[in-house]
Amino acid sequence: MEDIKTTGYTPADFKNNQNARWCPGCGDHAILNVLHKAMAAIGVAPKDTAVISGIGCSSRLPYYMNTYGMHTIHGRAAAIATGVKTANPNLTVWQISGDGDGLAIGGNHFIHAIRRNIDINMLLFNNKIYGLTKGQYSPTSDRGAVTKSSPYGTVEDPFIPAELCFGARGNFFARGIDITLDITRDCMVAAARHKGAAVVEVLQNCVIFNNGIHSYFTDKEERADHTILLRHGEKMLFGKNMEKGLVQDGFGLKAVTIGEGGYTLDDILVHDAHCEQNFLQQQLAMMDGHSLPVALGVIRDYSAPTYETEVSRQVEEVRAKKNYGSLRDMILKTCESWTIEARNQ
Amino acid sequence: MLQETNIKTIDKVVIRFAGDSGDGMQLAGNIFSNISAGEGNQISTFPDYPAEIRAPQGSLSGVSGYQVSVGKEVHTPGDRADVLVAMNPAALKTNLKFLKPDGIIVCDGDSFTAQNLKKAEYTTDDPVSELGINPSKIMLVPMTTLLKSTLEGSGLDQKGMMKCKNMLALGIICWLFDRPVDGVLKKLQAKFAKKPAVYEANAKVVKAGWDYGHNTHSSMPVYRIETSAATPGTYIDVTGNTATAWGLIMASEKSGRPLFLGSYPITPATDILHELAKRKDLGVKACQMEDEIAGVCSAIGASYAGNLAVTSTSGPGLALKSEGIGLAVMAELPLVVIDVQRGGPSTGLPTKTEQTDLMQALYGRNGESPICVLAAVSPTDCFEMAFNACKIAIEHMTPVILLTDAFIGNGSSAWRVPEADEYPEIKVPMVTPEQLAAGWRPFDRDAETYARYWALPGMDKGMHRVGGLEKDFNTSVISTDAKNHARMVSARREKVARIARDVPRMEPMFDKDADTILLGWGGTYGHLLTAAAELNASGVKCAFWQFRYINPLPENAVEVLKSYKRIIVAELNTGMFADYLQMHLPGQEVLRINKVEGQPFLVSEIVEGVKRFIETK
Repeated sequence: MEDIKTTGYTPADFKNNQNARWCPGCGDHAILNVLHKAMAAIGVAPKDTAVISGIGCSSRLPYYMNTYGMHTIHGRAAAIATGVKTANPNLTVWQISGDGDGLAIGGNHFIHAIRRNIDINMLLFNNKIYGLTKGQYSPTSDRGAVTKSSPYGTVEDPFIPAELCFGARGNFFARGIDITLDITRDCMVAAARHKGAAVVEVLQNCVIFNNGIHSYFTDKEERADHTILLRHGEKMLFGKNMEKGLVQDGFGLKAVTIGEGGYTLDDILVHDAHCEQNFLQQQLAMMDGHSLPVALGVIRDYSAPTYETEVSRQVEEVRAKKNYGSLRDMILKTCESWTIEARNQ
Repeated sequence: MLQETNIKTIDKVVIRFAGDSGDGMQLAGNIFSNISAGEGNQISTFPDYPAEIRAPQGSLSGVSGYQVSVGKEVHTPGDRADVLVAMNPAALKTNLKFLKPDGIIVCDGDSFTAQNLKKAEYTTDDPVSELGINPSKIMLVPMTTLLKSTLEGSGLDQKGMMKCKNMLALGIICWLFDRPVDGVLKKLQAKFAKKPAVYEANAKVVKAGWDYGHNTHSSMPVYRIETSAATPGTYIDVTGNTATAWGLIMASEKSGRPLFLGSYPITPATDILHELAKRKDLGVKACQMEDEIAGVCSAIGASYAGNLAVTSTSGPGLALKSEGIGLAVMAELPLVVIDVQRGGPSTGLPTKTEQTDLMQALYGRNGESPICVLAAVSPTDCFEMAFNACKIAIEHMTPVILLTDAFIGNGSSAWRVPEADEYPEIKVPMVTPEQLAAGWRPFDRDAETYARYWALPGMDKGMHRVGGLEKDFNTSVISTDAKNHARMVSARREKVARIARDVPRMEPMFDKDADTILLGWGGTYGHLLTAAAELNASGVKCAFWQFRYINPLPENAVEVLKSYKRIIVAELNTGMFADYLQMHLPGQEVLRINKVEGQPFLVSEIVEGVKRFIETK
């Protein structure tokens, strides 16, 4: 990780004097602090940073930033952020959404922002519940989840955000947890450095309505065996003593212990986040912490032309080619016209 | 040569071209109106096309029409046509109702085949008598036969030949209205510059059409259309949708703010997106988004980032954009929303015209959500009002809805290309470095306009947050304080009300001292103006005013209207503007002339309606 001090910014430069109004113990507090740190590490000035959110607990975030920001309407943050970035490509634009905002009411904008590859950093706070409306199931809630709007359990399957991102031809996907601060910060920094739509899923705990939903792999004693931190170019190892690893098994992945079943360190796969083919990356992103560990860190980071750059490039190309001085000039040069002369009275 | 005695001079003429969607009727009509305009005629055109892209050939549902009016004092495409050009029996059947009782018909006689008659649901093999047409008023031209003989040896196959049929009809019309074909040939040359063989074939056919009229129907009178003096300048024929797009570009030039369009295809507004997508050559960023909501939302984002931001749509799209527009109201960002109205509700009549979105534009949002609403009155006024919408949006930091409609959006008329300095500068209320240094807050207001100031991302010391939550009047941070909310509601209302200071005053036309005033708004202007002129010419005293500014109304509107005994509002809905005016005129009865048929008014409907009220009220 780059030294934060070298950018000339500190986390305090991105923080404002408003008190965060999330519940005590909410994971959002930690994510906000991590974002301040990530922004200092990225080194883009607060005046060149815009943070756009939708509606929901997490979407309150722009109010706690000393940057430009908009707290908009439910589900539309990606579309609004697209407008901001397209209008001014010099800005670093962040989009803050929860699982309800981003994947239910805003699902259409989510997939199209990714498909279009607009260079925005999309932070998806996933707590698998609607918090601000006080506890209804979300599109990421597990089948059978008992909530206020599903007292007998849900009868529908959830989205897996990564799968949706890959399905929309996403070129960047990373994952952190609200309690793995450095990993999450690194994911944010990598997302900002990536040119194009970059999704960072942050697994977040709602202490009030869905407490402990991620704890089967996020709890301290579980984490080593149920999560894996991926680093590009490094072997995919996990476990308390890094004694476990991932190998390819037929068409899928398998977790093995080195030295058991004939597996050696050489058998362990090396992570390639930059590979154009996304098959293995998607397999990694889909691991759910049961038979395979939940993947953290940058899972895919592949470069492709970005929307706002292409829009600007096309405008400049066509402009240079046609070289009209003004609207009037264009009309006179391209339209069939006739002239009415002044007549003497 | 024609006998001079056979030439009649007329003020204006209405021609309706009707055929299958693929018959090229619009091109024929367009060329005719263009060459007429070049000779000093005023022009007005109106396409009437079916929702089906390609309905079965020869069927009743597949007929599309294109009506043009040319001459002196032309403000509408005309109620009924003097001449109907019908390319097949279906077109004849469906369009006969648009022809004046003594009108002339030019029809392809070769198209009266058993198959075509069956498709058009005739019960006999003689459409002329079946429809009760006076045989002396119809020219049954053997078009297919003529085409074949004219184009023999041209190398074109049957299909290629048939494509020239519209030019044969145009040649005949040129003869009928004493227009030399040279003008047509020039247009065709430009159109087919890269296809000389196609040009040659079409040119031959136009001449053949003219000669056919001249040689075989010399007993028909030939008409010479009067011209009228117009302001000197360079003119082009422009549709309302194109004019709208250009008005936005002019506003971008005059404000120095780059133009951004976030849009989604929808009939009949899509041509605005098409035109602005082409205008990347003038620096426009026109983005086709994933839906109507993303259209308005991307525009709101672009506005926050400092662009002149626009979204274009029609009624169903406006419904989807409501919440976004509310955000722009609350965040007090400049935004122009263009609604090219069509028949509703729901999908309604997508290709037809109506004025039924007025209430949606004025009130279709949650909360106390005042907004500026404007309406363009003609195809060329779309330019002016698109410019004005942008000017108000920027100078008053507010969303503005501009209502046009399918009739003026698709219709066209001659437009004088404005000189470079003809439009005023748009003053952008950009926050100044001095304000920023002095501790500027995002909802600080200009004392005169009540508008807040625009601070753009990238500006030093301008970092601020806006959003949909209520803000404190003084500190600009979010607030749920009861009294503060009331204060902010009234500040936003006052801001929109103060736009009236920039709105031209109401000055009734014709006899302003009459007891009766005829009122309209938006795209019905041409018909109402013509009706008011006819009424006054026939001795019925009647003032007239067409509203372009709906909210706020001109400052003197209520005062002016109070002096009339009879206030008659004519509109293409069940009385939305009348209801709105009634709120402002509690003591007076607002009389109504309404039509909701997806079609423009006929001038005669308005004339009769006004006369009826004068007799009874």
